[in-house]
Amino acid sequence: MATSLHSLNSTLFKSLASSSNKSSSSLSPSPVFRLNPTSTAFIFKPLTSSSSAIIIRASASSSKSGESHTRETFHGLCFVLKDNIDTDQIIPAEYGTLIPSIPEDREKLGSFALNGLPKFYGERFVVPGEMKSKYSVIIGGDNFGCGSSREHAPVCLGAAGAKAVVAESYARIFFRNCVATGEIFPLESEVRICDECKTGDVVTVEHKEDGSSLLINHTTRKEYKLKPLGDAGPVIDAGGIFAYARKAGMIPSASSA
Amino acid sequence: MASSVISSSPFVCKSSSSSSKKDLGFSSFTKSSQISIHRCQKKSISRKIVSVMAPQKDRSPGTTGSVKTGMTMTEKILARAAEKSLVVPGDNIWVNVDVLMTHDVCGPGAFGIFKREFGEKAKVWDPEKIVVIPDHYIFTADKRANRNVDIMREHCKEQNIKYFYDITDLGNFKANPDYKGVCHVALAQEGHCRPGEVLLGTDSHTCTAGAFGQFATGIGNTDAGFVLGTGKILLKVPPTMRFILDGEMPSYLQAKDLILQIIGEISVAGATYKTMEFSGTCIESLSMEERMTLCNMVVEAGGKNGVIPPDATTLNYVENRTSVPFEPVYSDGNASFVADYRFDVSKLEPVVAKPHSPDNRALARECKDVKIDRVYIGSCTGGKTEDFMAAAKLFHAAGKKVKVPTFLVPATQKVWMDVYALPVPGSGGKTCAQIFEEAGCDTPASPSCGACLGGPADTYARLNEPQVCVSTTNRNFPGRMGHKEGQIYLASPYTAAASALTGHVTDPREFLQ
Repeated sequence: MATSLHSLNSTLFKSLASSSNKSSSSLSPSPVFRLNPTSTAFIFKPLTSSSSAIIIRASASSSKSGESHTRETFHGLCFVLKDNIDTDQIIPAEYGTLIPSIPEDREKLGSFALNGLPKFYGERFVVPGEMKSKYSVIIGGDNFGCGSSREHAPVCLGAAGAKAVVAESYARIFFRNCVATGEIFPLESEVRICDECKTGDVVTVEHKEDGSSLLINHTTRKEYKLKPLGDAGPVIDAGGIFAYARKAGMIPSASSA
Repeated sequence: MASSVISSSPFVCKSSSSSSKKDLGFSSFTKSSQISIHRCQKKSISRKIVSVMAPQKDRSPGTTGSVKTGMTMTEKILARAAEKSLVVPGDNIWVNVDVLMTHDVCGPGAFGIFKREFGEKAKVWDPEKIVVIPDHYIFTADKRANRNVDIMREHCKEQNIKYFYDITDLGNFKANPDYKGVCHVALAQEGHCRPGEVLLGTDSHTCTAGAFGQFATGIGNTDAGFVLGTGKILLKVPPTMRFILDGEMPSYLQAKDLILQIIGEISVAGATYKTMEFSGTCIESLSMEERMTLCNMVVEAGGKNGVIPPDATTLNYVENRTSVPFEPVYSDGNASFVADYRFDVSKLEPVVAKPHSPDNRALARECKDVKIDRVYIGSCTGGKTEDFMAAAKLFHAAGKKVKVPTFLVPATQKVWMDVYALPVPGSGGKTCAQIFEEAGCDTPASPSCGACLGGPADTYARLNEPQVCVSTTNRNFPGRMGHKEGQIYLASPYTAAASALTGHVTDPREFLQ
C-alpha cells in the first residue's frame, strides 16, 4: 500500500504542477497524506481539465448531509485575498435573485463567485464564461465575509468548487453560514498567510488526528499551523446544523423527502 | 432568574422642558409617527427600571435577591429563552425564538431548506411567529426577483403564515394594502419588536431591533430553515461591550453620527461576536427611530447584536403597536462587560465614513473639498420618517436648491405617507414632500431597500457609473450600490442634505446654525 501511495504522490504532484500557470521548481514527492492504517477504501480522483481539487479521503466516508465524516485532506491552487472581503465582493447583491437551494441557481451562483472584487486583483476567480473555478483554497486576511447575512456568499464559493477558506479571522454570520451549509470549510490561520502566499501557489490543507490542521504551500515550501475549529467542530463533523441537531436529539431523524 | 437591581435614584420620565432637541413638536398624525407622548406612570410600577449607570455599592447581592453572578441584558434574554437561570459568555445554548423574519431574497432559500430537511409536507413551528416582508428587489422588471415574491406567496398560503406583507401590483405600491417595505422598519412599525424577546431575521441588519431591548440578530437561510421547523436555534452567548453616551445631543448631530463615530473608533471587526450595549443620558434622550439607526449599524462593527435598555420611550412606542405581553430585562449592576467606552456627545461633530469602509471615519467638515455627484436618502438606516423630517428641516432652513441629483426612498408605505402628510416644524405647515420639491430633489420613490445594495440593473437610483455618492445607508464597500468604482460616503440625513445643497461633502452646521 505504501509503495503504491508513494508513486501515486509523484504522479499527483506532476499533474498539479502541469495544471498550475506558474512554472514551478521540482516538487518534493514527500508523502503528505496521513492515512488511517486500518482503512482499505481509497478514493482518488485524477486531475482532469475540469476539476481543480484532488480529494483524498482518509477513511471510507460519504459526504451526504446527516452522515458524519472525517475531515478531508485536499490540495489544489490557492486564490489570495486581503482584509475585509465583504459579501458583496464575494457575490454582488444583484445575483441575490438566485435561490441557493435550487440546483440550477446554485450552479449559476458559482459562476459569479468573487465577481465583485475590484479590478486590481487581476486574476479572476472564475474565468468569465466558465462555471467553476480552478482554485480550491481561498486565502484571506482579517474579517473575511463581513457584511450581509446572505448565504449566497459561502454557497457561491462552494458551488464554484472551492473547498476551504483559510483566513486570519472571520465575520460572524459568514462563518456561521459556512458551518451551517457545509459548502466550504472555514479555517483560521495563526499568522497572515495572505501576505506570504500568491494566487496560483499549490497548497495542501491537511487535517490531523488531534483536530488541528495544517496548510502546506508547496510552491514556497512553507507550512502553517491552522487553529482548531473550536465550538464549530462538532457541528461541522456532524455534517451541518441539521445533522448535529438530529444527533443531539433536538429534531427527529430525516424522513426520506 | 436574576432579578434586576433597583436603583436608588429611580428613573424619572423627562418632562417636555428637558426633552431632547430632537422633539420636533409636531402634532400626532397616525400611530406610526414618532411622537413623545409621555405616559410615565403607565405600568411603570411593575417594571423594574434600572439606571445602568449606577452600580449599587451599598447593597450586597444577597439583600436584593439577585444571583451572585450578574448578567448583562443580552445574557438575561438568552438565558430566559433557553430556559436557564444563568448563562455566561461562551455557552452554546439552544434558544427559543419569538419571531423569525424573512424577505424576498432569502425567504425562498430558507423555505427550500425547510422542506428539504423536514419534508415536503412539513409545517412551520408557529405560523404566527413568522413575519414575511418582501422589500429588497421589488420595483424591478427582473423576472427572478418577481418570481421570488411569488414563491413567498405560495409558501405563506400553504403554511397559513399570519404576517405576509404582500405586493402584487408592482406598478403602484399604494394599490397594495398589505405591502410595507423595508423589513426592519416594518417590523417596528407593525409591533413585532418587543423588549426581552429573541428576534431572528435572514438579514444582517436585523440587529436594528435591539433598539427595543431585545436580542435581535441576522442569520442565513440554513439556520432560518432550521428555525422554521423547530422554533429554536443554537447560539453562543456573546460577551457585552458597553458604550455609555452621555451629554446633550447637539442640534446638528444625529444617531448616525454617533454610530459612525463608534465604528470609526473600534473598526469593522471591533465588536465581532460581541454585543454592543448602548446606554447613558444621551441614549435616553433619543427617539425610537434614532435608537434604531444606532443599533442598525452594529453589524458594521462585526457585532452580533446591539441592545438599548427599554424605558418609557420604548414602552410608549411598543404599547401603541402590539398587545402581545412582554417583559423587559436590564443588565445587573454587577454584570461583567468585556469593554467600556464612554463618549461625551456634546463634544462630537458630524462625521462621514469615506470609501470604502464603514470605519473609514472623517469629520464632515474636513471633507468639504470632496466633490460629489449625487445624494441618496433612504434604507433601514436612514430612510425613516424622522430621517426625512431632518433632511426637510435642513433644506427649509437653507432655502436653496440642491446642486446634485438627490434621491429619496422612503423605507415603508407609512414613511412615504408621513413624508407627504406631516408638517415640518418651523416651515409654516409645509410637508417634507413640498420642501423636497422646492429644493429640487427627485420625487420620493416607491418604498423598498432600493439602491442601498445596488440590486437588479433597473433599480431606481442604482450607482451605474463610477460616481461619488453621499448616502444615508449602511455600507460602502466596493460595488455596494452598483458600480465597483463608485465612491460612497456614509452620512447622517443632515449631512446628506447639506451635501446636496453644495455639491460637496458638507457639515450640516453650514445650514443649521
